[in-house]
Amino acid sequence: MINSKIEGGISSRLLKVIFILATVLFPVVVFAQDEAVLNSGDTAWMLTSMALVLFMTIPGLSLFYAGMVRSKNPLSVMMQCFAITCLITILWVLYGYSLAFGEGGKFVGDLSKAFMNGVGVDTLSGTIPESVFSMFQLTFAIITPALIVGAFAERMKFSAMLWFMGLWVTIVYAPVCHWVWGGGWLGDQGVLDFAGGTVVHINAGIAGLACAIMLGKRRGYTEVAMPPHSMVLTLVGAGMLWVGWFGFNAGSELAADGTAGMAMVVTQIATAAAALTWMFVEWKIHGKPSALGIASGAVAGLVAITPASGYVGPMGALAIGSCSGLGCYIVAVHVKRALGFDDSLDAFGVHGIGGIIGALLTGVFADAALGGVGLAEGVSIGAQVWNQSIGIFATIAYCLVVSLILLKLLDIVIGLRVSEDEEAEGLDLALHDERGYNL
Amino acid sequence: MKLVTAILKPFKMDDVREGLSDIGVTGITVTEVKGFGRQKGHTELYRGAEYVVDFLPKIKMEVAVVDDQLDKVVDVISQTANTGKIGDGKIFVSNLEQVIRIRTGETGAEAL
Repeated sequence: MINSKIEGGISSRLLKVIFILATVLFPVVVFAQDEAVLNSGDTAWMLTSMALVLFMTIPGLSLFYAGMVRSKNPLSVMMQCFAITCLITILWVLYGYSLAFGEGGKFVGDLSKAFMNGVGVDTLSGTIPESVFSMFQLTFAIITPALIVGAFAERMKFSAMLWFMGLWVTIVYAPVCHWVWGGGWLGDQGVLDFAGGTVVHINAGIAGLACAIMLGKRRGYTEVAMPPHSMVLTLVGAGMLWVGWFGFNAGSELAADGTAGMAMVVTQIATAAAALTWMFVEWKIHGKPSALGIASGAVAGLVAITPASGYVGPMGALAIGSCSGLGCYIVAVHVKRALGFDDSLDAFGVHGIGGIIGALLTGVFADAALGGVGLAEGVSIGAQVWNQSIGIFATIAYCLVVSLILLKLLDIVIGLRVSEDEEAEGLDLALHDERGYNL
Repeated sequence: MKLVTAILKPFKMDDVREGLSDIGVTGITVTEVKGFGRQKGHTELYRGAEYVVDFLPKIKMEVAVVDDQLDKVVDVISQTANTGKIGDGKIFVSNLEQVIRIRTGETGAEAL
């Protein structure tokens, strides 16, 4: 009895000592490590997000666009999106990822990660494998050029398109991505772009405008009827874009956490608000609500909330979505007609304008007083909007100039546009020897 | 023999078919066509681009009949296809030179 009491006493005291030591040393042991540890929740979400964003391009955007062109051209659009997916994948792993996210300087990354150098099975980027991070970013590098397709649909040569996209992603997308997310000067400037308002949408929209200008209008534009051949396909595509966009926005948190959750919330709100806004405005002005209108509005909302998704709250999202629905409607429907350029599927009208609206309003609604996560210490709304403007103007200027130069060069060397006969026959047959529909 | 060609509103096709069945007409050919007469088209709107569509979808129905059946067939089509509104269509009657049944080689009224 006495023995066991003593043994009991010794072992319980020992336990207490060990416990106290552990409690004291625990923080030292854990927080002494600076490297992050792989988080399987984050990783699982990011693996999923990559697939969701890829789904946005193939087949989301492909169908959205295919339905809007004439029945002799849907394959050409889908082929362009598919080919871009494949081409950019290769370029990304060869050097694109490195140029965007490699160390480098303030303007562009270096080639330290070329050929995916240093990205092994266990290499981490934050709490997720770098392999997953690089592929997630790849899907952004894919959808950005794919968006531009909407501007030159039904008249661009396939070869010229491949060249343009390959060069554009290299010379425009990778640097701009680096400026904002890769440690470049816009990030330093304090530009808030959570999921790609500038990097993806303004970039694609402006390049689209450049293409619409350089390629010229489709033959018969405004005289010949060119209604969408399948609004059903377009609506299917729009739904896929909406669903996939949760990978785009919530996935940009690179983690499965509260911020991702809020990004999901604001994405849903802004999209619905924008869709309803476009629908009601069209109803009022033209007399009937249209399916193309509500779908276009939804995309306008998705675009605008993209830069804001990690920074604003639900009511901010409501405001951003409504503004984008209205603004994009005005440009895509009225301004485009007034100015007379043929941005066939409104790459500029929806992505360019929506991106600009979203980027500006991010500066406003990120403020804590307006439900956001709060601006940086000492930064007012005015100052943040100024930062946003710098990001917007820099992207527009650089993208526009380089895109125009690339297009001009390509036009001289191989020609951008298909012949009149090819355009009349339809690109599916003329460029691909195929029919979209063999009915 | 006569060939009766009727341009009809698409949703009237079944009514006309039943009416013709009732009077013993057993064979018809139907094509989907587009056209307009006095019926105006409609406008469609896609992102602000308005298109005036003149051509309206119609059904063209062709029936080959013997001469004594002609009046009854024309009457039945006229009644069953009628809605009283513009765009009901027209009936054209033309002479039919010859009819041959491909399977058996029968000609004339026996081929109808």
